[in-house]
Amino acid sequence: MADARLLSSVVAVEPLAPRRRRSLLRRVISNWSVRLGGGVLCILIMAALFAPWLGTIDPTAMDPGSGNLLPGARGDFNSFDGDVIPHWFIMGTDSLGRDIWSRALFGARVSITVGIAVALLALVLGLCIGLTAGYFRRIDGIVMRVMDGVMAIPAILFAVSLVALFGGTLLMVIVAIAVPEIPRVARLVRSVVLSVREEPYVEAAIALDTPTWKILLRHILPNAVAPLIIQGTYVCASAILVESILSFLGVGLPAEMPTWGNIMAEGRSQFNQFPHNVLFPGIFLALTVLSVNVLGDGLRDTLDPKFNKRTE
Amino acid sequence: MANQDACGPATPVLSVRDLAISLPYGGDRLNAVQEISFDVLPGKIVCLLGESGSGKSVIANAVMGLLPSGLLPTAGSIRLQGRELIGAPQAELRKLRGPSMAMVFQEPMTALNPVVTCGEQIGEMLSQHVRMDRAARRQAILDIMRRVHLPEPERIYASYPHQLSGGQRQRIVIAIALILRPALLICDEPTTALDVTTQAEILELIRELQTQNDTAVLFITHDFGVVAEIADQVVVLELGHMIEQGEKHEVLTRPSQPYTRMLLDAVPELSLRKRQPLPEAAPLLSARKVSKVYATGSWPLSQRHVHALREASVSVRPRETVGIVGESGSGKSTLARCIARLIEPTSGDIEANGRSVAHLRGRQLSPFRRDLQVIFQDPYRSLNPRQTVGSSIIEGPINFGVPRAQAWSRAKELMGLVRLRPEALSRYPSEFSGGQRQRISIARALACEPKLLIADEAVSALDVSVQAQILALLEEIQRLTSVGILFITHDLRVASQICDRVIVMQQGRIVEEGSVSDVFFAPREDYTRRLLAAAPGRDFSFARSADVQQDPVYPKSQQV
Repeated sequence: MADARLLSSVVAVEPLAPRRRRSLLRRVISNWSVRLGGGVLCILIMAALFAPWLGTIDPTAMDPGSGNLLPGARGDFNSFDGDVIPHWFIMGTDSLGRDIWSRALFGARVSITVGIAVALLALVLGLCIGLTAGYFRRIDGIVMRVMDGVMAIPAILFAVSLVALFGGTLLMVIVAIAVPEIPRVARLVRSVVLSVREEPYVEAAIALDTPTWKILLRHILPNAVAPLIIQGTYVCASAILVESILSFLGVGLPAEMPTWGNIMAEGRSQFNQFPHNVLFPGIFLALTVLSVNVLGDGLRDTLDPKFNKRTE
Repeated sequence: MANQDACGPATPVLSVRDLAISLPYGGDRLNAVQEISFDVLPGKIVCLLGESGSGKSVIANAVMGLLPSGLLPTAGSIRLQGRELIGAPQAELRKLRGPSMAMVFQEPMTALNPVVTCGEQIGEMLSQHVRMDRAARRQAILDIMRRVHLPEPERIYASYPHQLSGGQRQRIVIAIALILRPALLICDEPTTALDVTTQAEILELIRELQTQNDTAVLFITHDFGVVAEIADQVVVLELGHMIEQGEKHEVLTRPSQPYTRMLLDAVPELSLRKRQPLPEAAPLLSARKVSKVYATGSWPLSQRHVHALREASVSVRPRETVGIVGESGSGKSTLARCIARLIEPTSGDIEANGRSVAHLRGRQLSPFRRDLQVIFQDPYRSLNPRQTVGSSIIEGPINFGVPRAQAWSRAKELMGLVRLRPEALSRYPSEFSGGQRQRISIARALACEPKLLIADEAVSALDVSVQAQILALLEEIQRLTSVGILFITHDLRVASQICDRVIVMQQGRIVEEGSVSDVFFAPREDYTRRLLAAAPGRDFSFARSADVQQDPVYPKSQQV
C-alpha cells in the first residue's frame, strides 16, 4: 500500500497554506446595521454622560413660573435658591416648570444604566444556570423546571410586586426586571451546551483528563458567547422598555427622578394641550430601543454562523 | 415513456463537451471544473472518480441544473438526448427532471422529507408529471416498490423515512428516481453512507434496474471497489481536470496517468501483510465481559433496555494492533468508548496496569487517561475550532503536570513526527485539510505518551491517498513507540492492512476473533463470510506498482 511515491509524500514536510483569516472584529465593524445601531447608541450614551455640559439645568428643579412652556421658548429659570438662570427650553417644560430637555438627557442615564445592568445580570446568572443544567444532566430536570416556573410569572406583574414589597430603588428595579429574563438566557445557553457537549473535541478533552471546569470554560463557553451577546442586546432593549413602563405606571423609580417613563406619566394628563411632554421622551425611548435592536440584528448577522452566508 | 425512441442505440444520452464551471472569486482555484468531455451511452454506467474537491458533484449538479448560486458554467455544453441544458430556463429543466433525468443522493435521510410517508413521496413524482387516477397511481407506486425489492410494500407505503433502515431509505430514493423511467440516472455517492452488505445490495439493484430499462447512468464515487463493481467506463478527475478516461478494465488495470496509478496504489487491498512478530508481554489492557445497556424513557415502568454491547472481551498487548470490524450498530464504537472510559460500562471489568478501571470516576481515572488516548473519526469536529493547534496539543500534557515550556517543545517535535511544520502550532484547525487535521489529532494523542491508542474509524472520513498516508504514519509511530493500537473500522480492507488480530462484531456481540489470516482468509462464521463477500471490488485485481506488496521501508526519521 505504501509505495515509494506515497511515502515520499508522507515524508515531505507539508508547506502550510497561506493565511487567510479576516478578523472577527473587522467583520463586525463593517456591518452596516452594527454601524448604524452602534453609532446612534454611542451618541445617546455620550449625551447621557455629558448631560451637565449640554445646556441642561438641574432636572429636578421646579419653577412654577415657567410651567408648560412650549418647545423652543427662551426665558429665565427661577430656582428655589433665588438664582435666575437665563435658559433655552429646547423641549419646553412640564406643568411644574421642569425642563424637559434636561430631564430627558438625565433620564437617558437611568434608562441606559438599567438596560446594561439588567442585560449583564441576566446574562451572567443565565449563563451559570444554563452551563450547569446543560452539562450536568442529573440536575438538569430540577433546574429547568424551576426556570419554567419563573417563566410562567408575567414579567411586569413580578416587577410591580417586587418593587411594591422592597421599594423603588434603582437596584430593586434592575433585579425585578432581570429575574424574568434569566430563564430565557439559561435555555439558550443550555441548548448550546447540549449540542456542543456531544462534539468529539469535548470527548477528546475528557480523554485528555481536562478538569470539568476547564472543559466548560475553554471548550463549551466560547460557543455560547456569540448567541449570548445577541440575546444580551434584546434583553437590554426590553429592559429599557419595561423600566419606562414601570415608571409610567408609577410603580418604578420615585416620581421626582428624571426617567423617561416618569416624564411621560407626568405629561399624560395634559397630553391634549401639551403633547411635547410625552412626545420627546417617547422619541428618546423609541430611538434607544430601535438602535439597540438594530445593533443586535447586525451582531446576529455577523456572529451567528447560522445566518452567515459565507461558505467555508 | 421510453425516451430513447428519438435516438439510435449509439447516440449518447448525455454528452458533455469542454465543460467549464467557474468558482466564485476567492475560491482555491479559478474553475471548479474545466475542459470536461465525456459521453454516457444508453445502457452504460459511467463512473466519475476522484478525491474530495475534484469537482465530481459539481458536474452532476450542473447536469441536473442544480448548481448552487455562485457557480456558473462558463464554457462548453451539456446535451441530454440532443437538447442543450446550459442556459435552458428553469421551467424547462423542471420538466426534464424526473421523466428524462433523475438523481440519487448520498444521504437518503436528508434526501427524503421526514414528515411525508414514503409512498406519498414516490407519488409526488407521478403527480408532478403524469395524469393518472388515485388507484392507478397507488398501483404504480407499489409496483416500483416491488421492483426495488422493498419488503411489504403496503406497510412501507405508509411508513415515514425514520421508520426504515438506511438501505430501505436508499431504495425509496431510487424508486423516486426511477418511477418515470428516465433516460439518465445520476447517482451521487449513493452507497457511501451505507454498510458494506447494504452497499452490495444497492449496487446490485442499480445494476439490475439499469439493465432492465436500458438506462444511462452517471455514477459518482471515490471508491475504487465500487468502480470495479459497477462501471463500464471511468472518468478520473483531479482538482477539476479530467485526468484519464476509458473502459473500466483499461483504466483500472493499465492506467496511463501517474495520478491514477497513485490512487490505485493507495487503495487498500484485502490481503495478508507480513507483520513483525510481537514480543511476549503482558497485555496493556484487558476488558472482560464488558456490557453496556442503555435505558430509554424516564419512567421506571415504561423503560426499554437497549443492549448496545453484550459481554465483549478484548485485550491489547504492546506493539499490537487489534482491529474491531463490523457494520454500523454492531457496538464497535460503544466498546471503544467503554474501554476509553468515555462512558461507564454497565457490567464487566476493564483492567489496565493491574488496576480495575471499569467503575472509577473523575480524578481517580487520571493515571489511566494518561496511558490511553483516542483518535476520533471526524477530523473536522475532533479539534476545537476556537483553539490553536498548539494549545490543543499541549492541553493533555499540561493536565498531567508537564511544565508549559516543555510541553511546547515536545509539541514541536510531534509536528515533525506527523510531517507538519512547527509553525502550524500557532494556527487554527480551519486552516488545515482533513488529512492534516487527522495528523494533528494523532499528535495530540501522542503528546501524552500513551501506551494504548484507540483509533475510532480514524481514516474513514479521508480520501484513499490520505488514508494510506495516515495508516503508514500509524505504523511508523507504533514501530517507534511500541504503542498498542485498538483500530476500529468498518472497512475490512483497511483492517487487513494494519491489524495483527481482528475482532468481528455483530449486534453488540463478538462473533469471531483471531489473527488476520484466520478471520479474513479462513472465516468460521457466516456473518464474517457475508461481510467479506460484500466488500466491493474484491475480485478485481487493480494495477499496482511492483513494490506495493512489500513491507514499507521507512526513512530514518527523528526518534520520538
